[in-house]
Amino acid sequence: MIGPSDSPRLAAAYMQPGSVSFTDFLAAQAPDLLPGRGVLPAGDAAGLAPHATTIVAATFDGGVVMAGDRRATMGHIIAQRDIEKVFPADEYSAVGIAGTAGLAVEMVRLFQTELEHYEKIEGTTLSMDGKANRLAALIRNNLGMAMQGLSVVPLFAGFDLESEKGRIFSYDVTGGRYEETAFHAVGSGSLFARGSLKKLYRDDLGEGGCVGAVIQALYDAADDDSATGGPDLTRRIFPVVQVVTADGGRRLSDELVAEVADRVVAARMRRPDGPVAELL
Amino acid sequence: MSTPFYVSPEQMMKDRADFARKGIARGRSVVVVQYADGVLFASENPSQALHKVSEIYDRIAFAAVGRYNEFENLRIAGVRLADMRGYSYDRRDVTGRGLANAYAQTLGTIFSAAGEKPYEVELFVAEVGDVASEDQLYRLTYDGQVADEHDFAVMGGAAEVVAAHLEENFVQGCTLEAAVRLAVAALGHSEQGDRTIGVDDLEVAVLDRTRAQMRKFYRLRGARLSELLLPTVADPTPRGSAVDSEAGSDTAPAPDTDL
Repeated sequence: MIGPSDSPRLAAAYMQPGSVSFTDFLAAQAPDLLPGRGVLPAGDAAGLAPHATTIVAATFDGGVVMAGDRRATMGHIIAQRDIEKVFPADEYSAVGIAGTAGLAVEMVRLFQTELEHYEKIEGTTLSMDGKANRLAALIRNNLGMAMQGLSVVPLFAGFDLESEKGRIFSYDVTGGRYEETAFHAVGSGSLFARGSLKKLYRDDLGEGGCVGAVIQALYDAADDDSATGGPDLTRRIFPVVQVVTADGGRRLSDELVAEVADRVVAARMRRPDGPVAELL
Repeated sequence: MSTPFYVSPEQMMKDRADFARKGIARGRSVVVVQYADGVLFASENPSQALHKVSEIYDRIAFAAVGRYNEFENLRIAGVRLADMRGYSYDRRDVTGRGLANAYAQTLGTIFSAAGEKPYEVELFVAEVGDVASEDQLYRLTYDGQVADEHDFAVMGGAAEVVAAHLEENFVQGCTLEAAVRLAVAALGHSEQGDRTIGVDDLEVAVLDRTRAQMRKFYRLRGARLSELLLPTVADPTPRGSAVDSEAGSDTAPAPDTDL
């Protein structure tokens, strides 16, 4: 049961000093609420639920940009056209999800609560590495599900208040945590997105330049990967773009992203493969 | 074999209440004032790390007087309860009333349990709504009684004197500036005369419904607090700059980050 329902008084566990982790508290008090806790019958469950696809992130001087396309697929079917896969994790970080959508969204909710819980109890925020490690632990708990095809692979990015720069972390299904330099992409279209960013990303790009680069990368991912959605010009559905700087995180308005996407599409009308990179 | 003394239940409860009241009266007061955009908490607290006022959830805050270890325990329990509710249902389903009830039951049970020392604490639980009429303010006493407060409230050491000052000077729907000044003046008020409490010895926080973020709680301190406490100036320029910096503080760090 949730909360102190059997006795009107707050249960002893609520009053116990020590733990600052909400996940640990949840595991002790209501383990059934942990994502990926149930035991599945043997076999592959990958086709069971919608999958979320491509997330890209890129750093610039003073922050980081994360963007995700809006498509969720179930096998060959498009399950949803306007799913949101990039979320603020806390004031100074963002998390994007690829993999089984249901589990991933629940994991993000737990991660957000975990960060906020620590902040409220301790009166200070976790370090950037601390946050990245907590997320790794959550992913590791899902290993059993991942082995049956229900994997969750997030991308985590944020502004490190100590070193004063944007940082990106990628993960594998076993909870392995890898810090990336400059840019990274995860999900089914990530190969194409990363290839695109390799040619487009430059160290001197500012916030606006990085937003342009990640939208170009998502276009390239959608171009070659059937599970990644491109800009939907008829329904006006465009990627979710989250920017995190020293002033905190903010989601770019739909109008602003639409404007960039319209420019990208207009340029692709002239050259469908995108901007030309120099040979030497 | 010695016979235990008979103590009547009335006497026992009275002794326990006296014990708790004495402990609470030793501490300094906490003032809560409702203003146009939310609820303001103020207390004289020289410590920058041991807070009397804290965030519980998006729209809910907590203030306490009495024994630190006891109300800190209750605060953490409140954060856990709120986060648990918010995670298992939805953020909108965490209410100040639910939290106040849980606290009331807990304090009441502890107060009447023979084997336990009564908590020497008093609490405020406040919640801001979308409009001022939806704001809620609960006062919880050591024995688990809940009272619904309006406009302003005081608890702790010199509660009566401070409340008398608030009673005289409170204006409904005042600005943040006016609320801060009123609260700080009330804290410095005593029968022996008024004193000015330095900015460094103040703990001031607000639940501000106009804040863009989901979490409406933030602390006022340092330069921002001094600015609000400046002696009243009729000149419109400084007022304008105060508004600017308020907007600035909205985008600035998360509540509670800097100790």
